[in-house]
Amino acid sequence: MTASDKPALRIAGVSHAFGKTQALNDVSLDVVAGRFTALLGVNGAGKTTLFSLITRLYDNISGTIEVSGHDVRREPGPALAQMGVVFQSRSLDMSLTIRQNMRYHAALHGIGRREARRRGDAALERVGLLDRADAKVAALSGGQVRRAEIARALLHDPKLLLLDEATVGLDVQSRRDVLAAVRGLVAEQDVGVLWATHLFDEIEPQDDVVMLHRGSVLARDTAATLAADGTLSDAFLALTGAAPSELVA
Amino acid sequence: MMPGRLNWSGRMVCFAGIVWREALRFAKQRERFLAALVRPLVWLFIFAAGFRSVLGVSIVEPYETYVLYEVYVAPGLCAMIQLFNGMQSSLSMVYDRETGAMRTLLVSPYPRWFLLTAKLMAGVAVSIAQVYAFLLIAYFWEIQPPLIGYLTVLPALILSGMMLGAMGLFLSSAIRQLENFAGVMNFVIFPMFFASSALYPLWRMEESSLLLYEICRLNPFTYSVELIRYALYGQLNWTALAVVVGVTVLFLCAAIYAYDPSKGLIGRKGKR
Repeated sequence: MTASDKPALRIAGVSHAFGKTQALNDVSLDVVAGRFTALLGVNGAGKTTLFSLITRLYDNISGTIEVSGHDVRREPGPALAQMGVVFQSRSLDMSLTIRQNMRYHAALHGIGRREARRRGDAALERVGLLDRADAKVAALSGGQVRRAEIARALLHDPKLLLLDEATVGLDVQSRRDVLAAVRGLVAEQDVGVLWATHLFDEIEPQDDVVMLHRGSVLARDTAATLAADGTLSDAFLALTGAAPSELVA
Repeated sequence: MMPGRLNWSGRMVCFAGIVWREALRFAKQRERFLAALVRPLVWLFIFAAGFRSVLGVSIVEPYETYVLYEVYVAPGLCAMIQLFNGMQSSLSMVYDRETGAMRTLLVSPYPRWFLLTAKLMAGVAVSIAQVYAFLLIAYFWEIQPPLIGYLTVLPALILSGMMLGAMGLFLSSAIRQLENFAGVMNFVIFPMFFASSALYPLWRMEESSLLLYEICRLNPFTYSVELIRYALYGQLNWTALAVVVGVTVLFLCAAIYAYDPSKGLIGRKGKR
């Protein structure tokens, strides 16, 4: 297997506990380059914990996490260099302009000023924000901030893009724009996307879906296969035994 | 990917970027610069002027003659600027952690010790700019150390800034919530400042309370003040140098440990 054949993200047998609370239990999943993979689960399913482990906020004690074949614990540098992240909480510097944020992020990845400007403008154009490049982040709408964060996450050409509940708090139109921007990337740039969400309407039939519930993976397949003849939410309810009210939590 | 970016030249770009952002943020916050400057000036213009008549300072090293109280207190005020700055940048790190900007820093592919040290040094650079602005104003208030002192004080400021910043950095990993920072002010900044040689020579302290004297002697901030005081007069206080370097290493290691994903404190605090 050559490096390019390796999945953008491979997680195998990862468990994690906070004290006595088991947050993740033997989680395994793959994100293939050029595919949109939805990590579907209600709040508290363990999505954010999994993201924290992949991004090395804390280490995985058991199992392995590989980004493009680089183990995040043994080779954190190369693994993080291949990863772009959009966190659940806003993480742009509100007092700076988009372009200044871009330059800072590029520097964190060892990309110099001139190159940062070129790449930053290209990434902003992709998400439709080039004309706002010199606007302060504080002056942007929620959806624009999200798209700027996506552009920032792409600046260093990652093979894997992680998005943790990226559409939370956005109106319908902004949600659509953000989702369209990410799907465009998957199609055109061969990026593997792991999209954590609890919203079923963000998932399309051809997407890979990983259903996470109370720290365990219940099912992994394409949305169409999982839904079979019914809907994805029916399949999810049948697997989890959860009440429909939990889904909108 | 471009593996070349993970080498040392990439690290330098990263370092420069972190300093650039800190400087940019600082430049945008003019009130912060003014506040940082007004605080020691208030002490100098008002407090020191009032104390001048009450408290005569006899000849203590490194001064060669009797000095005015303002002259005595100036190095302590330089250290105070750095103390506030160190704690303020730790405040900004707690804030960063809550807003997610800290996570942006920590997903950089460079080693975490490098990122934290760079962040620390960025804060030190800002504090040094403040100290020089203060010294410039103080010059017209007859606090006029030898010209060479302005040069020799620089390494002392770097070291002392590193020490106070490293303490702040460690605190930032230990503080869970932003609100706790008010406690840091009361329980860290004020005791450290008052129980030190910043405002009064230690021999005076010894006369009034032996216990307090011992506390002052154990306070690392005292050594920060003395390192700056001696350096401002072109001299080196070896004891102060040793303590400042030692405490810096200790707190920096503790902070790096606290931010280490496999051992650190942040991972143990549960889900966020």
